[in-house]
Amino acid sequence: MSTVVEKQSAANPFQAPRTAQNARRKASNIVIIFFSLLATAFAVTVLLYLLLYVLRSGLPYINVALFTRIPTPNGEPGGGLANSIQGSLILVGLASLFGIPLGLFTGIYLSEFGRGPIATGVRFLVDVLTGIPTIIFGLFAWIFIVVPQQSFSGLAGGVALGIIMIPIVARTSEEVLRLVPKELREASLALGATESRTILQVVIPAARNGIITGIVLAMARVAGETAPLLMTAFGSPFFNSDITQPMDALPLRIFNFAESPYQAQINQAYAGSLVLIVLILLTSFAIRWATGGFKQQR
Amino acid sequence: MSIQVENLNVWYGRSQALYNVNLIFEPLSVTAIIGPSGCGKSTFVRCLNRMHEEVPGASVAGEVRIDGVNIYARSIQPMYVRRHIGMVFQRSNPLPNRSIWENVAIGPRINGLAGGAALKEIVERSLKQAALWDEIKDRLSESASQLSGGQQQRLCIARALAIEPKIILMDEPCSALDPISTFQVEELIKQLKSAYTVIVVTHNMQQAGRVADNTVFFLQGKLIEKNKTEKFFSHPEKKETEDYITGRFS
Repeated sequence: MSTVVEKQSAANPFQAPRTAQNARRKASNIVIIFFSLLATAFAVTVLLYLLLYVLRSGLPYINVALFTRIPTPNGEPGGGLANSIQGSLILVGLASLFGIPLGLFTGIYLSEFGRGPIATGVRFLVDVLTGIPTIIFGLFAWIFIVVPQQSFSGLAGGVALGIIMIPIVARTSEEVLRLVPKELREASLALGATESRTILQVVIPAARNGIITGIVLAMARVAGETAPLLMTAFGSPFFNSDITQPMDALPLRIFNFAESPYQAQINQAYAGSLVLIVLILLTSFAIRWATGGFKQQR
Repeated sequence: MSIQVENLNVWYGRSQALYNVNLIFEPLSVTAIIGPSGCGKSTFVRCLNRMHEEVPGASVAGEVRIDGVNIYARSIQPMYVRRHIGMVFQRSNPLPNRSIWENVAIGPRINGLAGGAALKEIVERSLKQAALWDEIKDRLSESASQLSGGQQQRLCIARALAIEPKIILMDEPCSALDPISTFQVEELIKQLKSAYTVIVVTHNMQQAGRVADNTVFFLQGKLIEKNKTEKFFSHPEKKETEDYITGRFS
């Protein structure tokens, strides 16, 4: 084969030789490009269709009452989802209160101090936690909070969601903390800083964007959780800011209304879906803005 | 400050990186450490401020006495050693999301050396010592990552000077710099010896010849030769040294 190449290169060294190998190479190149484009197009189409569908079905029913009123009794027109929105905000806030610090410090442990069999065990457990169906966390909160309390409660819901957040925050922060170059840690240590000071003042700030991304992802994820709330927060048709009492949440309300026989409630379920998506978007933007994330990303 | 190294042995896990190193560094002088890659020269300087311990699995035996005090004594904590020894690394490592000013101020702040006006003074003096002040005095609040490579390295030198050390360790400080920045840093090294004991690891023998009073040669974890730089390069005592500086080594 080498003789063929030489013969051709004598004429024009940049002319690709007409060998079977070269044809195969070209073909596989085209096939791979084609399939990656196809897969991307498919994925984007599904997502766009979903968004447009929710937008089209929900947007006409977005009105002031949706944000100010509570649901009406079955079938009656009007009313809104104000209590569900309030409940979702409280639940996600509560979950973040538990989930973010626990997850972040687990991530710090894993990346900075975690060596040997214990850390391997913790890492494995955290990975398993990420994969567990979320309804199990609901069950956990049900057993340990709802049953002793003899009542469904927002607290139980918040705890369930918080536990779901822990592994997500822990793993993403571990990953990004590990990416912080060794040179930065050394810079700080060489100045006489202690290990904890180095982590707090140098390593975490350097990994800040990644950590925030992990936190936002985790919040978005739990904001849409329904299953664990079924047996913890349970839902409520009224305004409630008492976390010891049952509490409504947007996904719960959507779940209930989507199955309703009344068209008005189905429409509100769509409107609620749209509100949920927009709320998640707004929260993540707000967090990025408040922590200066946009400035860094130039 | 004088540095006296006695019977220093260093391991990474089970593999030994340094064998029985005995060495004395004179105060207020520049010493260059040369040798091929992997000869242990970086490991050696990192033992002088106990940074070596930050590598997992690393261990040290022997003594390093700074002004007579063994820094490996049981009662001594590494961070207190490092507070008195400045270190400059191969790749400039300014803290990326802090301003130029904060990068220099962080050392004195961590160590509680100064605050307020006194801190301002330290920062300004350090930047002047590092020959960077005139270039950046109007942009102290800008991010340090905006600086050029050479400026970043001088910023790192200023940061090391700001903790008011007596000894400065430099681990191949110019290997990532262009010739002009290299020249600036070398000039700086020569000036620093009036107030500091400077130890520079370098790949570049010409650099050793230009800046150092004494030159030390390491090979395969062993100290081969230490001599006055002039003598080291003109009349080396050991055959290995001669082979290395004349490029006959493989």
